[in-house]
Amino acid sequence: MLAMNYRGPKRIRVTQKPMPEILHPEDAIVRVTRSCICGSDLHLYNGNVPDTRVGMTFGHEFTGVIEEVGSEVTKVKVGDHVLVPFNIACGKCHFCKQGLFGNCHESNPQATAVGGIYGYSHTAGGYDGGQAEYVRVPYANVGPTVIPEGMDPDDAVLLTDVVPTGYQAAEMGGIQPGDTVVVFGAGPVGIMAAKCCWFFGAGRVIIIDQVDYRLEFAKNYAQCEAYNFNDMEDPVLFIKKTTDWMGADVVIDAVGAEAAGNAMQTITGRKLLLQAGSATAVHWAINSVKKGGIVSIVGVYGPTDNLVPIGNVLNKGLTIRANQASVKRLLPRLIDHVMSGRLNPKALITHRIPLEEVADGYRIFSAKLDNCIKPVLISPSARM
Amino acid sequence: MENTTKDYSHINGWGIDADPANDPTYPMKPHRTDDEQKGYSWERPTQQSTSVEVLHSNERPNVTAVFGTSTPPSGLSGMIRRFAFKYSENSYLHWLPLIFADRVNVVEGVVDDLAHGHIPNIFAEKGYKAEWKHDKIGLLTKFAVGIVLVGGVVALISAKAGKSEDDD
Repeated sequence: MLAMNYRGPKRIRVTQKPMPEILHPEDAIVRVTRSCICGSDLHLYNGNVPDTRVGMTFGHEFTGVIEEVGSEVTKVKVGDHVLVPFNIACGKCHFCKQGLFGNCHESNPQATAVGGIYGYSHTAGGYDGGQAEYVRVPYANVGPTVIPEGMDPDDAVLLTDVVPTGYQAAEMGGIQPGDTVVVFGAGPVGIMAAKCCWFFGAGRVIIIDQVDYRLEFAKNYAQCEAYNFNDMEDPVLFIKKTTDWMGADVVIDAVGAEAAGNAMQTITGRKLLLQAGSATAVHWAINSVKKGGIVSIVGVYGPTDNLVPIGNVLNKGLTIRANQASVKRLLPRLIDHVMSGRLNPKALITHRIPLEEVADGYRIFSAKLDNCIKPVLISPSARM
Repeated sequence: MENTTKDYSHINGWGIDADPANDPTYPMKPHRTDDEQKGYSWERPTQQSTSVEVLHSNERPNVTAVFGTSTPPSGLSGMIRRFAFKYSENSYLHWLPLIFADRVNVVEGVVDDLAHGHIPNIFAEKGYKAEWKHDKIGLLTKFAVGIVLVGGVVALISAKAGKSEDDD
């Protein structure tokens, strides 16, 4: 089968790989119909996630048709068209029982700090991902969810990560009616987070980035204010001024390790790898939220350390909430939002790229070429 | 829910999830039970059989019930990874060797390609075709800067070599 194949930082190609096999009675084999390139894939692509091995296939956002199931699979059957949450979750452990499906304790032997994630290095379990024609899906009784009749597959594939991550960013913000929420990052997740803030009754939503075309899109899609931090003397000062010098009630970091905007963070975090990515967004978030406010983090960082003003967290009495999205927990609510028309995820998709051209897709997305917001890879069988 | 002075009727779904019963701190447990404090108290899923070498964190006693078999450790990078997994996730001696192993693994990948008669097409692998299509000036600038830097280094080394010969 064709599959994306990682060869080193910023080097990938498509190669023939062996078909995945059932390795566990709860496994399923899925023929991929859609797979996305995620902003967090860029951390792998740039070689910033430890234990990313040459030969691995990335891809944690995908939909597909069940082709084969193991002997203990009862919840889905061959022929079902499913969306597959990016978390690999057993549904039985201490954490899954709490709804923490992103923190499963039975899916990632390599690290205890994160559950298994498709195609996200051996630090997240060593699974090949969905940027391929076929993929092995463990715990098929838990994760894969049949795409509701009438739902566009392009909407479905964004329900595997982008929509739940954006929604949970807003949810973790503990937004109270009338709150001012600032979202750092106008990538797909940040745009979705800005959109979802309204569902919790936000009074004002501000999104900040440095890419004008994305800001313009966010302003229209999420009906929010959008500002370029390059036009500001200091983004924290800007937020203080625009909130009557108090700071925002809630600030969301939807950027993560690839953040720009602070030379020291960029050099130490992205160029020299002296910290687990550039922590510019979380740094700004801590300093721009009001005293007693909430910082919600969904931007992804590496497993080592980051330079953030933790003293200000203490002195301002802040609450920090963060997690990988618990996709399975959120799906019923989010499917309803999509089917009822409150959310239109597929509007984020700007590029449809044949799987065979995955290297170009990564370049377009990472370099923000051609006004790219969200690229989707289409495998050969899905194009027939 | 609380009324605000502004009109948000133009935003489809405004406030729909603002019900206080939808505790934004979820998932936060309302209470704990004694059983949950007993470690692996849940009924563990069937254990996947180990067909490849799987390194596991020493912060857990076992391999998880399922695991990926994507790219087992091998070669020099594999030796480095095995060393790294002797240390906990709390230690730099875990993460820094893994990052180093990743870089070694890249070289191993190139060697493996060449050994199999495959010369990596760096231009294609880096997606430069797309960059050429959408940002010719940027790509040319990148190449120009690269050529200048490489040329500068070569010139510097040549100058030093020439000076050494003169000294001899």
